[in-house]
Amino acid sequence: MKQWYKSGAPWIWLNAGAVAISVIMVLGLIGLIAVRGLSHFWPAEIVEFQVGDPELGLGTMVVGEHVRSQTIPVQVARDAGISVPPELGEGDLVTRHLIKQGNRDVTGRDFAWYPELQMSQWQTPPDAMVLERREWGDFFGYPLRLLEDGEVVAEGEGLWDELQARIDRGNELFREIRRIERRDVGVISERMEELRLQQRGLQRDPDIAPEALADALDRIESEGASLQDEFQVLREELDVLRRASQRDVLVASVAGGEEVEINVGEIVRAVQPNSLSLGGKVAAYVQQFWAFVSDEPREANTAGGIFPAIFGTVTMVLLMSLIVSPFGVLAAIYLREYAKQGPLLRLIRISVYNLAGVPSIVYGVFGLGFFVYTLGGSIDELFYADRLPSPTFGSPALIWASLTLALLTLPVVIVSTEEGLARIPSSVRQGSLALGATKSETLWKVVVPLATPAMMTGMILAIARAAGEVAPLMLVGVVKLAPTLPVDGSFPFVHLDRQIMHLGFHIYDVGFQSPNVEAARPLVYATALVLVILIIVLNMTAISIRNRLRERYRAASD
Amino acid sequence: MTSMTSAMTTASHRDAMRGMGKTTFKVRDLNLYYGKDQALKGIDLDIPANKVTAFIGPSGCGKSTLLRCFNRMNDLVDICRIEGEILLDDENIYDRGVDVAELRRKVGMVFQKPNPFPKSIYENVAYGLRLQGVNSKSVLDEVVERSLRGAALWDEVKDRLGDNAFGLSGGQQQRLVIARAIAIEPEVILLDEPASALDPISTLKIEELIHELKEQYTILIVTHNMQQAARVSDYTAFMYLGDLVEFGETNTIFTEPEKKQTEDYITGRYG
Repeated sequence: MKQWYKSGAPWIWLNAGAVAISVIMVLGLIGLIAVRGLSHFWPAEIVEFQVGDPELGLGTMVVGEHVRSQTIPVQVARDAGISVPPELGEGDLVTRHLIKQGNRDVTGRDFAWYPELQMSQWQTPPDAMVLERREWGDFFGYPLRLLEDGEVVAEGEGLWDELQARIDRGNELFREIRRIERRDVGVISERMEELRLQQRGLQRDPDIAPEALADALDRIESEGASLQDEFQVLREELDVLRRASQRDVLVASVAGGEEVEINVGEIVRAVQPNSLSLGGKVAAYVQQFWAFVSDEPREANTAGGIFPAIFGTVTMVLLMSLIVSPFGVLAAIYLREYAKQGPLLRLIRISVYNLAGVPSIVYGVFGLGFFVYTLGGSIDELFYADRLPSPTFGSPALIWASLTLALLTLPVVIVSTEEGLARIPSSVRQGSLALGATKSETLWKVVVPLATPAMMTGMILAIARAAGEVAPLMLVGVVKLAPTLPVDGSFPFVHLDRQIMHLGFHIYDVGFQSPNVEAARPLVYATALVLVILIIVLNMTAISIRNRLRERYRAASD
Repeated sequence: MTSMTSAMTTASHRDAMRGMGKTTFKVRDLNLYYGKDQALKGIDLDIPANKVTAFIGPSGCGKSTLLRCFNRMNDLVDICRIEGEILLDDENIYDRGVDVAELRRKVGMVFQKPNPFPKSIYENVAYGLRLQGVNSKSVLDEVVERSLRGAALWDEVKDRLGDNAFGLSGGQQQRLVIARAIAIEPEVILLDEPASALDPISTLKIEELIHELKEQYTILIVTHNMQQAARVSDYTAFMYLGDLVEFGETNTIFTEPEKKQTEDYITGRYG
């Protein structure tokens, strides 16, 4: 034993154990998120069963997806008003099942617990279908017939294929309507806002001659009228499209046989999971997952996709990198190369290092107080005075979120850049100086290129920290639902003054602010998975850039 | 006592220099201090032009420090203070108005460890010219080829001028650094133990190169290796503890040194 202790083996075991525990924790975390998040998109079997006391002959049919089961003590079940056979004692356990039954518009609640004791006649009917709708959540039921303008066009055989074709048409129309609403109507309303601002500017201008004013106002009015006409045309176009999308109606029966009419234009996707082959299920899975990462959220973020959040996160992190890297690198170069080493510099350096330890919410408060109100407010007063009191930059926005994060990650970049600069061998500097280079020439042509891998290390750490940050962002520019993306086709293309959605905040919002907990739960895992993957991708990109730089400057840093 | 010795050595140095032709540097009463420590004590010396002058002496004798005075590399050391003067073309390089970058263009330097830049072979050689604003491709091409030929490296690298300089061997890197130094056509080249980090074959190549270079340049070399000093140099200065003990033609110094100290060092009795 003593021999074993002396050999140093315990230390090896201790260290290896620490590594093993870390690896297990990381893999466990990612594994949990991945399994929970990814399984959500698998087309689950739809079950039908009867609920009620079979002895009394009372029963209702339920159709839905089985979510999970739970065992509860009999006492708890009795307290909940469930009739439990008297032969079961207090210590016994009964099972209950959570069923996603959808049809919020019909039944009022889309998730419900049913005790196993009352459930009978389980079956998986092949024609059971789930409809993903734009409103009211999922629909579970059986397709009966398809109506076009009130006339039956398909029934029985061929109904399903016809339905799919018409759903595609409905989605097409919906995209067209969205496009007109977003782009064309948006452009007109922007121009009207511009006219309104011009008008206000003119009316406020004390120096303008009355005739000129009248002329200008006339011109503005006529332009406004022509815009109104254009708007009218668009509105009519939209009306036509909306009517077209309401042409088809699907008649379906819900559990229990009641018939319901569903507008096909409202359906996003229809699946009959019980009759799908494995290949069909895989296809449906891929389709669902793709919709999740490429669509916009619906119904208070409890359905639909997370594309705006992904886009917002990436845009914000990239903008943050663009801001923080020049700042951090320049500051580090000054601190390391030019500043006179002494107590003042030490104080500054300690302050910078300590900034890394300030809680992020404090940065959020600072960002709101300084960037948004002070800086943004001043910009509004100077450049957007016409629009006041409605703020342009004086409210939380993409640019302020990125700036706040840049401030938050600045110490990391400074520290790694400084370390990189300190590692450059003095022989290389002297070589350059001996050729008649000045200090700044030496710095920019030789030293800084050699230090780029270290700067990239700083960027990697900064990105990792920034992409996962949530708390400060809630104050300075991230919102639950942003109507527009921060980058689009209209001038100036990158809209720094817009609010954005963010994956981290989306997780918080869906997970803890959502009215529909059960519907939101899998989305939280799926969103978390996407966030983790996104951070990994961003980091991998930065790491591969760094490795390429390292390869290039390998020998000099040896 | 010390001052007397100093005066005597000074006189004898002047004697030794009488037979020389043109001089490049004239060192006059040079004292150098690191903080309170005096590293060079009243050095007086004339460096002959287009000759190889070697500085020998035990470690810490100040020979590298003296070498770094000639292109003012000691300026980089904060605590370093210099008294006296070094004249280059009758101008004191420590005068206030002297442009240090300009001086270093005239006085090139090669260090103990090869220190190529993280650039291609071509760009390493072109670096000094680009600093001077020369960007014409034809001029650079010509200078790069001439310098690499001058440093006896051209044949080895002519097919891979675009490759990173770190891919070269240590000896090649050192010759590249010499090519880089002669690309800007200095008057003087300072070599600070240029072969101490190299293998014997590379050392031989560098020594041959020094022989060729002295046609065009004045060369000052610091070396630990007395055989090397004897092989490559025309003049030799022996230094000890910051003093210039003896200076003269290499042949004389190695065969009949005037001072006992010199003789002891050369015959290997200490150092």
